[in-house]
Amino acid sequence: MVERYVMSIDQGTNSTRCILFDHRGRLVSVAQHEHEQHFPRPGWVEHDAAEIWHNLQRVVPEALSVAGVDADRIAAVGIANQRETTVLWDRRTGAPVTRAIVWQDTRTAPLVDELRRRPGEEFFLERCSLGPSTYFSALKLRWMLDNVKGLKQRAQDGEVLFGTMESWLIWNLTGGPDGGLHLTDPTNASRTMLMNIRTLTWDDELLALFGVPRPVLPEIRPSAEPYGEARAVLPGVRITAALGDQQAALFGQTCFSPGEAKCTYGTGSFLLLNTGTELVRSRHGLLTTVAYKIGDQEPVYALEGSIAVTGSLVQWFRDRLGLISSAPEIETLARTVEDNGGCYIVPAFSGLFAPRWRSDARGVIVGLTSYITKGHLARAVLEATGWQTREVVDAMNADSSVALKQLKVDGGMTADNLLMQFVADVLDVPVVRPMVIETVSLGAAYAAGLAAGYWSDLEVLRRNWHRAGQWLPAMDPERRASEYENWQRAVERSLGWARAPRSGEAD
Amino acid sequence: MAGPVQSIERAAAILRLLAAGPRRLGLGEVAASLGLAKGTAYGILRTLQHVDFVERDTATGKYQLGAALLHLGTSYLDVNELRSRSINWADALAARSGEAVRLGTPLEGRVLVIHHVFRPDDTLQTLDVGALLPLHASSLGKVLLAYGTAALEPATGPELEAYTRHTLATVEQLDRALAEVRDLGWAAEIQEMSMGEAGVAAPIRGHGGLVVGAIGLSGPVERICDSQGHPRPSLITLLREAARAVSRELGAGRW
Repeated sequence: MVERYVMSIDQGTNSTRCILFDHRGRLVSVAQHEHEQHFPRPGWVEHDAAEIWHNLQRVVPEALSVAGVDADRIAAVGIANQRETTVLWDRRTGAPVTRAIVWQDTRTAPLVDELRRRPGEEFFLERCSLGPSTYFSALKLRWMLDNVKGLKQRAQDGEVLFGTMESWLIWNLTGGPDGGLHLTDPTNASRTMLMNIRTLTWDDELLALFGVPRPVLPEIRPSAEPYGEARAVLPGVRITAALGDQQAALFGQTCFSPGEAKCTYGTGSFLLLNTGTELVRSRHGLLTTVAYKIGDQEPVYALEGSIAVTGSLVQWFRDRLGLISSAPEIETLARTVEDNGGCYIVPAFSGLFAPRWRSDARGVIVGLTSYITKGHLARAVLEATGWQTREVVDAMNADSSVALKQLKVDGGMTADNLLMQFVADVLDVPVVRPMVIETVSLGAAYAAGLAAGYWSDLEVLRRNWHRAGQWLPAMDPERRASEYENWQRAVERSLGWARAPRSGEAD
Repeated sequence: MAGPVQSIERAAAILRLLAAGPRRLGLGEVAASLGLAKGTAYGILRTLQHVDFVERDTATGKYQLGAALLHLGTSYLDVNELRSRSINWADALAARSGEAVRLGTPLEGRVLVIHHVFRPDDTLQTLDVGALLPLHASSLGKVLLAYGTAALEPATGPELEAYTRHTLATVEQLDRALAEVRDLGWAAEIQEMSMGEAGVAAPIRGHGGLVVGAIGLSGPVERICDSQGHPRPSLITLLREAARAVSRELGAGRW
């Protein structure tokens, strides 16, 4: 019998990749293209959605060609995507109305302040379980409607469509202006601040508050369900899953039971804890989010600790400071010294996310002395990821009845042994890495394969999970405590740095 | 036998020219100094730039020797980058073979384990990244020796340290084995480092085919070898596919 594969498309913050997986969840081929990051002003981050669609049209045939197969060997395709990043496009021409506003973008900070004052945080928490933040799509969409000339009217008239990246790509894959399907799933919709977290439908009060006309919105469909066949790129192949990347990673790590958690280390890092069909509200700065909804089954929820800047700090170290020529070299540089030399970096580039949620924070480097070398800075870069993880785990332990006993990790940064050891050291629990670190892609493939009948049930998927590496805590408890204290003192110094401008636009 | 390759002679002349003077040279100066057409000189400079032997100043457009030339004797590929670029394929190899996978690069006359993927049976295993293995008694080491990526310590006599009765204990035996590795394209180690254990390894190639490291899998001898005591062909196939995939990732041509 000819072997069939499941295709996964991961539309991430930095790149778009296509990966084929076999029945045992093993990676068969990969193709990837990076897209440009636009930083038109401080705090602004934009992507060109047309470039991303173009990249998708390149990576799919490349992944097929590396595997040496045609599209007819693909049982189904699933999509995982960077969340919250907001695209608005013309229904007739298929052209993006403006550049996509990326999740890290902080231009909507003044709107956040306004919404916190009126109607106040509780109004939002009750409906979508998210407090106002520059992070979520509704604010970005609102900014577009307010700032692109004539857009409000075109939106009212149904001439433009809104979506996060999965909506944009699925619409294009299924025909674009010529009958493309305009849909999203609850994991992505739960990051917009427009969806009611209990009913998983667009919430009229939220729509009214943000001034979002209904005709721009995609239909909310289950995360795993046959949506339709592709007409472009992969003609005839069924598209059967869409998940936000972090929920996809939770799925790929097979965290299907309440209490199971994972942390994905990428541009940012995201710790998700499965809370089952129960909607748990955090009292310690975590987000309540939809983990997945398979077909007509009950939705499964998760608590999420989102860290905005981890891998992107390493990229900044590489691209903006030029102290290393490739991201993995951060480990080489960090190993040239024994410790951080008393130096700490708090990478609050776009404020601080979980558990602090301070949009007024900005990055600081503290503890500088003439002793500090670039090696110490490299250490401080890696340690920032470790300590930010610790803060989120502390919040999760405070919210949950059982403390985390081990941390399942994935993502590109898990190739960094120094970092993984540091995470184990500061959390004081074992850190384990699965045999596939591309869990975002794997999760989208799993959901797609499940909906297409390629895999029969969750148990089959669970059996595919194997431990590929493990780091055990080895740090002296006293040192852990004093270093954590230093980190927290460093964070104090980052808070309140960004001030609202006296007049005119926010920075 | 073919004569000297003209473009390589010219490339060498350009490097000597750039090394001779204290200042950067423009394309016109390089071409005039060596009596080359500008287009010819440009093609060679571009290629030398591609392999990092020459750097071009972005402001002036002038050329100078590249940093890579200063580090010719040391590995040009950062080991952490090698791990990062190979991790997906090492994982897939472990998943497909059912055995533990390691990557090695040379370090001071030994093999440095730079990456380790557990055997996928969820038993208790310990990461041994950073461990050092003997060159002559490990399959990873034999690959590094066979392709000139590593060399035995200059002080090594004709006798080699024997770990088991199967260790290749003389330089002569080892040399014969290394010739065979080059013929086959992979190396084996059957109870040569410890009794009951076996491993196979294949070269990882970077730009231009240069071997930059080795990838191998290892486990109990009865799982790695068939009943005749030969490494299982199915494992060799998986291993070589993984090695080729990593090499492709690193920009090696068709291997």
